[in-house]
Amino acid sequence: MSTEITISNVSRGFNGHTVLDNVNLTVRDGELLALLGPSGSGKTTLLRLIAGLDQPDSGSIAIGGTEATQAHPAARGVGFVFQHYALFRHMNVFENIAFPLRIRKTPKAEVNVKVTELLKLIQLETLAGRYPAQLSGGQRQRVALARALASQPRVLLLDEPFGALDAVVRRDLRRWLRQLHEEMHITTIFVTHDQEEAFDLADRIVIMNGGKICQQGAPIDIYQHPADVFVHEFLGESNHITGHAAGGIIFADAGFPVAEAANAPDGPAEIYVRPHHVLLRPRSNGGTGWVINRISATGAHARISVANASTTLEASMTVDALLASGLTDHMPVDITFAGGTVFPTADSQPLKLQVLKPRLAV
Amino acid sequence: MAGNAAGKSAGRIALITIALLFMVLFLLLPLIVVFAQALSSGFEAYFSSIADPNVQSAIWMTLIIAAVAVPANLAFGIAASWCIGRFEFTGRNLLITLIDLPFSISPVIAGLLEVLLFGLNGLLGGWLSAHNYQIIFALPGMILATIFVTFPFVAREVIPLVQEQGNEEEEAAVTLGANFWQIFWRISLPKIRWGLLYGVLLCNARAMGEFGAVSVVSGKVFGETDTLSLAVESLYGSYETQAAFAVASLLALLALVTLVAKATVEFFLRDEMNAVKRKRTV
Repeated sequence: MSTEITISNVSRGFNGHTVLDNVNLTVRDGELLALLGPSGSGKTTLLRLIAGLDQPDSGSIAIGGTEATQAHPAARGVGFVFQHYALFRHMNVFENIAFPLRIRKTPKAEVNVKVTELLKLIQLETLAGRYPAQLSGGQRQRVALARALASQPRVLLLDEPFGALDAVVRRDLRRWLRQLHEEMHITTIFVTHDQEEAFDLADRIVIMNGGKICQQGAPIDIYQHPADVFVHEFLGESNHITGHAAGGIIFADAGFPVAEAANAPDGPAEIYVRPHHVLLRPRSNGGTGWVINRISATGAHARISVANASTTLEASMTVDALLASGLTDHMPVDITFAGGTVFPTADSQPLKLQVLKPRLAV
Repeated sequence: MAGNAAGKSAGRIALITIALLFMVLFLLLPLIVVFAQALSSGFEAYFSSIADPNVQSAIWMTLIIAAVAVPANLAFGIAASWCIGRFEFTGRNLLITLIDLPFSISPVIAGLLEVLLFGLNGLLGGWLSAHNYQIIFALPGMILATIFVTFPFVAREVIPLVQEQGNEEEEAAVTLGANFWQIFWRISLPKIRWGLLYGVLLCNARAMGEFGAVSVVSGKVFGETDTLSLAVESLYGSYETQAAFAVASLLALLALVTLVAKATVEFFLRDEMNAVKRKRTV
């Protein structure tokens, strides 16, 4: 049975404040989808609407081809994992997981078998008698997941599943969840504000801002081809340079040429360059006044702050490349931009994406 | 330095002494006096004054009143905390204020209001007497007065607990397929059980010990419309000091039992509240 989810023209407001603004989205059967956006972008509200914990002001939601906009949460076949787990504090781990089975009057023997199975799945067989207050954050998260799975949902919804966990636990749990998804293939939607998490885990990412969907697609596509300035800035660091296009060449307003962009219309332009696209080498001759301010190496990667009289840029490279290049603090350098995106702003036309072609060193 | 420390410890000793003296004078001594007076003519006299039919009737009245008033306020407390804790609605603050009203009104006034309402010349008195319903100077009136006075006890304990705990667990239960009553019995009620028990204990202690409001509406017919606390007064008023103290000792015993139970519940309640807070900070 297909569990495709179709969200059509859904809007929702609270106290006159629009939280979701005419959202359309299709979630494919068996997909692992991330709703990514800053806080207040409406992603959790969308998740709650899908679960039936809240109703849209307008629009409709269909699950598996069946209209479900007004359906009771219990009738939707949806498992929901809350950000703070929402474990039943007066029940031990076993009873928490058994809850959906017990309320369905499942025979005792069957409950035992299923719960034991799920405990094994989340690797907490030995802690069946513990109460939620006696568990670590990661353990609680896994219990919440097992409890959601016990009702055999068609769709799994996770609200900031790793938000309250420390970095190492978060990474382990992420891998475990990915593996689980590959085994079970339940259609899964998770909400996060952490782009690394979304990129690491999801088949497809939906980026939300201000109650609207800005862009959706495979992680690599979104990163390579951001649809607008917001997406570009939200997905990782970038250098923002205000400039203008003239005769197929993009210039920074500070004067230096940035790159070629043959099809860019003449006029003002916003230029975004990722740090790893800023290439540096020791100055050969002449020179344009770029000097390294500071190099900070953290693990495998180095960040280099480089400036001329008017502009400061961030560059990054692997520490190996840095050592090979012979770059040091306060060294005069030449810069090449290996890539980037320009958003023409002339004539207030809609923002258009163009990938910059590298140009000679400046 | 040493002088300062000595001064500090002297101050501490003085404060502790004052506190202890105060406790002995106002709490311990009266308790001892109650039991000493009750047993002043020996155990036989003590038990015979308790076995007196009028006193027996007072014990029954007290138990009946508590047996009605406490469950009534338990049900009300759960309903009110459910409403106030879970929903935002117009009149929510008014409801909270109304729940507190019995705390701010003198019980005697509460009793008087009831007489004005249900008494023979009261607002509803004519209709009631025409249909032969006796409320004032009878058990129903005493129960109503007690319910009014003990109205806030359960609700006041449970409302903050419900607000503190939030309703994520109920939402989780909904998504897991539970219906309203399954959520109520299996999630919401167990979540607040210690707070509820605490409220019931306080409510019960007050219901059994209430004097003012019940005194106004009872008519004080000895052996008929008399509770334990009313009996103490009427016995003492008729110079049966030993019997008055014997009855008072029953109320004192009730207070002691309540105190122990309260401390036990507080222990569990604190555990539960701490668990809630820990969960929040994770």
